[in-house]
Amino acid sequence: MTTSSLELSRSEIAAAIEEFRRKPVGQHSATLQHIINIMRGEPIEGKYVLLCTKPHREWVLAQMNGRAKPITVFDDVVFHDLHTAELAIFRLRWKRHFGELPPELLDDEKTLLPPPAPEAR
Amino acid sequence: MLKITGYADRVSVFPGETIQFMVNCEAAAYEADIVRVVHGDTAPAGPGLKLVPIPSFPAATYPGRPQRIHAGSFGVVPDGPELSALASVSVQAMIQPTTPAKGEQGIITRWDPVRGAGFALVIDENGALALRVGDGLGGEATVSTGRAMHAGTWYFVGASFDAASGEIVVRQEPLRTFPGRDDTGSASATVSVRSIAHAGAPLLFAALFAREERGRIIAGAHYNGRIEAPRLCAVAVDRAAMEQLKTPPLPPLVSSPLLAAWDFSKDISGVSLVDVGPSRLDGYVVNMPARGVVGHLHQVDVHDWKSAPEQWGAIHFHDDDVYDAGWEADFAWKVPDDLPSGVYAARLRIEGQQQHVTFVVRAPRGKAGSKLLYIFPLATYLAYANEHFGTNSALVEMHLNRATVLHPHQVFLNEHREYGHSLYDTHTDGSPVYYSSRFRPILNMQPTIEANHGARPSNLWLFNADTHITDWLEENGFDFDVATDEDLHNEGLGLLRSYRTVMTSTHPEYYSRQMWDGLFAFTESGGRLMYMGGNGFYWRVAFHQTVPGVMEVRRAEAGSRSWEAPTGEYYHSFTGEYGGLWRRQGGRAPNVMCGVGFIAQGFDESSYYVRKPGSEDPRAAFILEGVGADERIGDFGLIGGGAAGMEVDCHNPALGSPPHALVLASSERHSEAHCLVVEEMLYNFMGSTGDVCPQVHADLVFYETLGGGAVFSVGSIAWAGSLSHNGYDNNVSLITKNVLDRFLDETPFEVAVREASLSR
Repeated sequence: MTTSSLELSRSEIAAAIEEFRRKPVGQHSATLQHIINIMRGEPIEGKYVLLCTKPHREWVLAQMNGRAKPITVFDDVVFHDLHTAELAIFRLRWKRHFGELPPELLDDEKTLLPPPAPEAR
Repeated sequence: MLKITGYADRVSVFPGETIQFMVNCEAAAYEADIVRVVHGDTAPAGPGLKLVPIPSFPAATYPGRPQRIHAGSFGVVPDGPELSALASVSVQAMIQPTTPAKGEQGIITRWDPVRGAGFALVIDENGALALRVGDGLGGEATVSTGRAMHAGTWYFVGASFDAASGEIVVRQEPLRTFPGRDDTGSASATVSVRSIAHAGAPLLFAALFAREERGRIIAGAHYNGRIEAPRLCAVAVDRAAMEQLKTPPLPPLVSSPLLAAWDFSKDISGVSLVDVGPSRLDGYVVNMPARGVVGHLHQVDVHDWKSAPEQWGAIHFHDDDVYDAGWEADFAWKVPDDLPSGVYAARLRIEGQQQHVTFVVRAPRGKAGSKLLYIFPLATYLAYANEHFGTNSALVEMHLNRATVLHPHQVFLNEHREYGHSLYDTHTDGSPVYYSSRFRPILNMQPTIEANHGARPSNLWLFNADTHITDWLEENGFDFDVATDEDLHNEGLGLLRSYRTVMTSTHPEYYSRQMWDGLFAFTESGGRLMYMGGNGFYWRVAFHQTVPGVMEVRRAEAGSRSWEAPTGEYYHSFTGEYGGLWRRQGGRAPNVMCGVGFIAQGFDESSYYVRKPGSEDPRAAFILEGVGADERIGDFGLIGGGAAGMEVDCHNPALGSPPHALVLASSERHSEAHCLVVEEMLYNFMGSTGDVCPQVHADLVFYETLGGGAVFSVGSIAWAGSLSHNGYDNNVSLITKNVLDRFLDETPFEVAVREASLSR
């Protein structure tokens, strides 16, 4: 089930995704920032974050469960750079908020990483 | 999860003095040594970690032992003849519970858990008021109103126990209720218990006694909320008698059944609990609950607790307050007489983990070792101590405009709330954290630690980001002394007089009046100030006047706030001083201290400066020497890739930037994540972000002061992250060095102010 909707054309979505793929952090286009703001506005429960496991070298996916509650850590979803990690979170959130990506965007392995198979520790 | 943590009994130590280290270690043993902290940044893009072992404290192995923090504030009235003689009892108070549903919480208790003896007025498992009594012989009874209380509502609560009849009466009465609510209740029952005297326990407010450890009282069942006007009678009194005792003035004591009546509006600045009844059963607070908070009598139009303290007769207790962890010392170090002043740390290591307990070694008392003093901003570190930005709120990601990256110490702190909070956090019940203490492990005041704020690649904020400055000083061969701003608070201008130049950290945000006065007097009397950061001199803080190492902030009606103090709570309890922004304190905006003031913040990417006409002024020639007219300044760096970013300040004469100040350079092209600060907006409007709003920029400012002094301000937290770029050979480093070389030169700065104004 999705929680948000976007009134954007397929080409606008493709352009925004490509923009994020190139530069996930910093100044964005208005369209991309609009999308990001929707996705990041989710509550703390279930929010995707990264846990640094080796300083500046390794991060794993995690989910917040609320104040003072232990986070859920996905040990097997490992990243070795923050750029790739940003893309993975973007994709997970996209699915949650807007549904599956259009097939032609899914096919492009560079565009966004395949969804992780989370296994909490 | 962290298995080793520690803190020291002081953060600032003179040579020849001894510093003690308290360590919690779940491993059988740990290794400790002392290092000089030169550069704490481990990012591969930077010059790397530089921790220099101190030969006089070689690494040694110590036995590990777990040490716990017992968080939760409460009040204590020591056991005594009046309490131990209690047969019958009545207790009452005005209370405002904030988490009535969290489980059993003590309100007024004298309960011996070993014997099962005494009495305890509590909020029970169902959120209702209850009185428990026990005779110590196996007889225990509890009577509850059976009506759940509502969070945030003020209640009159009272209970009595008649030892002769065994009758218990309990009652709770909301001061205000609403249609559909059912939170008024009373109950009575006759129980078999006939004595409460066998309790070997003190009387506690807001908790139940558990045990004593090394002279410290350990309590449980901590209450969240406010307690006001607690009363104790040695007989069972009826509701009418309780009404007479409810609020001041108390009835004539001669004919009163009253044993004790505590007035929490007495000694708001202190830690005592004053009994204004006949017995003088004075007590004290543990773990610094919030005082100077409004009680149930607070009236509109009265805002300063000093003007009508009776309206501030409540204390707000929290189950996560902590003042002193109270751990036993594990090792100590007598600082060698010849150890140079600087930033040091005890490095604690077990397999796979290490922690650092950071401290400052000062120059020998009265003997400056250098002409340069670097101020270690302990007040700001305390404000951020053990912050929970990444784990308390979902908002932080919108703030940073990038994915939240948690680090092991943050995961630990999320689950170990007993380590206490920062002044950005809220308590369990959502109320603001007013106090922060240094007598606990401060996990984000150490080298190697990354943060949520402070952008990539280094991701450093505060202490570890500040090592970019100390590293640069060492790399460039500058001698410098270090003192904390708590030292400045205590010693004022006297601390600074021996120095030609004072250098700040990247974010000296929190200043007490004493700190402010001392530093301003320094620059106004020939001293030179290098303000090396952004958003400095912003919040007013107060240190406790009798209890060491604890600081207070009241985030009043303006500023970028993580919480807002409620009406009537804008005045510090520690001093009675008005809290909030220095900008709101009359002629003390940051611009008055350093020529610039906070204008915008954003935490994704940093930008660069370009030269402005002020840089062409001959007065500034020494600063820009070697920097091309069209050169971008600081389009590189470890904090967001530029020298201008995170929190930035601009020149504004309307707020007190000196009229002759030169704007040498300004930043441009900030990202949308850099937002104009709220105190500049007054009302919201579109176009207030860095990508479109020209106000969002940092200014590089220089001006001379009276008596041959001068001020140089970079107006950006990210500046220091650019110092080491290209092997320290870059224009940010060059400008900083140009300024420092001149600022250490004894030659007075001279300028005719009129001439300076004309030249702008």
